[in-house]
Amino acid sequence: MSHDTIVIGTGMAGLVAAVRLAQSGARVLVLAKGVGSTHLCPSTIDVLGYGPQRIERPGEALAAHVEANPGHPYGLVEVSGLEAAVEWFKEQTVSGPLGPYAYVGSLEANKLLPTAVGAAKPSAVVPETMAAGDLRGGASLHIVGFRKLKDFHSALVADNVSRTEVGGPVEARSAELDLPAGGRVDLNGLALARHFDDAAFRSAVVAQIVRRLGAEERVGFPAVLGIKDPHGAWADLEHRLGRPVFEIPTLPPSVPGMRVFAILREALRRSGGELILNAEVVGPALENGRLVGVRANLGRREVVHPADHVVLATGGFASGGLELDSRWKARERALGLPVAGVPAPGEPRFTDSYFEEQPLSRAGIAVDRELRPVGPGGEPVYDNVRVAGATLAGAVPWTEKSGDGISLATGFRAAELILQTTTVAAVTA
Amino acid sequence: MSIFETTPIAEHDVLGDLMRGSLDHCVKCTICETFCPVSNVTPLFPGPKYVGPQAERYRTPDEPSPDDSLDYCSGCGICTQVCPQGVHIAEINTQARAELRKRTGVKFRDKVIARNTVGARLARPVAPLANWSLANPTIRLLTQRVLGLHHQAALPKFASRTFQKWARSHPQPAGASRRVAYFHGCGANHYETRLGEMAVEVLEHNGFAVDVPRGQDCCGLPLQSNGLFEPARKYVSKLSGRLAPSARAGIDIVATSTSCSLMLKREAREILGMDDDPDLRVVSERMFDICEYLLALHRRGELRTDFRPVPMTVTYHAPCQQQGHGIGKPALGLFALIPELRVIENDATCCGVAGTYGIKKEKYAIAMKVGEGLFAQIRDAAPELAVCDSETCRWHIEKATGVPNVHPVEVLHRAYGLS
Repeated sequence: MSHDTIVIGTGMAGLVAAVRLAQSGARVLVLAKGVGSTHLCPSTIDVLGYGPQRIERPGEALAAHVEANPGHPYGLVEVSGLEAAVEWFKEQTVSGPLGPYAYVGSLEANKLLPTAVGAAKPSAVVPETMAAGDLRGGASLHIVGFRKLKDFHSALVADNVSRTEVGGPVEARSAELDLPAGGRVDLNGLALARHFDDAAFRSAVVAQIVRRLGAEERVGFPAVLGIKDPHGAWADLEHRLGRPVFEIPTLPPSVPGMRVFAILREALRRSGGELILNAEVVGPALENGRLVGVRANLGRREVVHPADHVVLATGGFASGGLELDSRWKARERALGLPVAGVPAPGEPRFTDSYFEEQPLSRAGIAVDRELRPVGPGGEPVYDNVRVAGATLAGAVPWTEKSGDGISLATGFRAAELILQTTTVAAVTA
Repeated sequence: MSIFETTPIAEHDVLGDLMRGSLDHCVKCTICETFCPVSNVTPLFPGPKYVGPQAERYRTPDEPSPDDSLDYCSGCGICTQVCPQGVHIAEINTQARAELRKRTGVKFRDKVIARNTVGARLARPVAPLANWSLANPTIRLLTQRVLGLHHQAALPKFASRTFQKWARSHPQPAGASRRVAYFHGCGANHYETRLGEMAVEVLEHNGFAVDVPRGQDCCGLPLQSNGLFEPARKYVSKLSGRLAPSARAGIDIVATSTSCSLMLKREAREILGMDDDPDLRVVSERMFDICEYLLALHRRGELRTDFRPVPMTVTYHAPCQQQGHGIGKPALGLFALIPELRVIENDATCCGVAGTYGIKKEKYAIAMKVGEGLFAQIRDAAPELAVCDSETCRWHIEKATGVPNVHPVEVLHRAYGLS
């Protein structure tokens, strides 16, 4: 007995692929070295923010962006496929364990949401708890911070956001609350989110804010408004403050990302999928050159997990899915796939500007139309492996603002492609 | 013959470097903090990131430790499981605690509870009296004062006859087609002897002759957790020596105590630095959790599935140490084969007790708070039985919820019509 599909990695792309497959009746096993990108990212679905100019309508801009960036992962999915993935994701959230907590927005327009340093970030599909932070056309804001929450400074957000070009004036004031009283000197976002699950704590917060609140139209908080019932906490604050309330993503740990993990993890469980953590995949299991499973380190052993299909979603250099050694030899760590886009010996390795695209920026696994990995000459490597998310070559997600958009789109597409094959179709039937 | 094809991990990948050296892979992403059951309920433990990879950089031989708060790490191991960078946080902390203990000394209480088999041997001849004493509130208050064991903490009942004794008079079935060795652990030998018997009967039902190697003593885990590495190594060596002949004969070893089997599979090699012990290595490579083993048999089509309907509701909690095996939740796969059994999977991470941690006077309240989420899930589900693979967790959960707690094997035993 083997699994229909093994998904390697438990970030956005891996979880989306795994849940989509399991919901269609496939036997799915997720193997991951640890918990992934969800806990670190803001978990807004940024489809396309810059190309390189700021983009207002991401759905419309996709085709031109793919044309201008050959080999871009968005070239592997139709706009309609991306739309379907977004709708599916929204359905998972609203009907999941944190429902009615929902995602809002579409590919039609980017919102401009303030970040933890007060920049305006274009995002297409966002938690309902962030939507009122949209700066387009100007805004009047009251930004609330907490002295104990590290790395979130409401004055910094307010100052910077006032200077951001968003098509209208932004006025922002800030306040720093000394809540919760006592206890630890500092708190991380999760600890504060647990306080926000408590109505009495929210009352104390509201009491302090109303004393300082002027005519500002909207009130912004760090993204810590509840982990058990974020919709309830957010709606309660809006009600008590009598004006729109929004969350601003923080540095890790990302509370909105933990919500996404909880939602997709529960969806996987409900549909019979399995997840094993601390199980690092170290290579393919091969029979006559064909991949028949993966080899994983479990404790002090290596074991083989057989599977008909594999989805590789281990992330890029940042999460350790890809690795570069001191001789500039790149390695894909789980299956040993060839890495495309690494500067050859003698070619320039850096550009002068730190923030510009670097020669290595687009490195990753090159794939064919069906997301199957290919070698340097475009030749297929394994016909039953699909690659999704940040492992893919061709994008610069941190400057494009396309990270979770690519992960959602390609994770969803990988699942669809596997479901179209006969082996899984037989199981599903 | 083993039913598994496993390959030992290559020599270059081994341990000293792997454990402490792994702290250099920490990117301070805080994922371990979000999962740590202890730091999420008490400020006394600042969390695995601080106490593990961060503080470890300041721990220099012969210099004072920068942070004594690691005493509040329960050793559940969840931080290591969730770390995406492969940092062995729990292992680093356990090693650091042993270093700390070298300087601060070890409490008398910890020396006592870390050697449970000594107490069990003393208590067995007077088991009824010992059990009465441990159930007596006045005596428990006294024990709390004198010894520092919380008076409400769940303690097991001593059996008046060991499982080993039962095994010696238990005839091996005729016509068994295959052979397996059973590592019973202290739990089944001294406290829950019926569990050991049921494990043997379930294996025999599947055509195994079950060897019970004699002289199996403690695996050393409670000593390791309490920072007593030297005596822990002695126990590991002794136990490995008892089990090694089976392993060398190519016989798989299965265990019902999931934390003790993890100790021999992995922790003694990684934490106690015993990777070169030849007996331990061969035992480690043949050691399987019993549910892992039975489900693997099923996947090969070799498990008997003549299960009778068990029309009841049970909850299942996979304890932290079971999750440390990296085998998923095989008990759920086995339960799915039993007609009419309704299983509610708990999704809480830790019950709080973590072996001997939650029975200590100063840590009991923390253990109860850690377990709150799980206890509530079990109470809400109102199952006929709560199922969990680890003995100390079962005792703790049963005391906290009032719901009878059993090992998965007990459910299988019932479904096979053996009880």
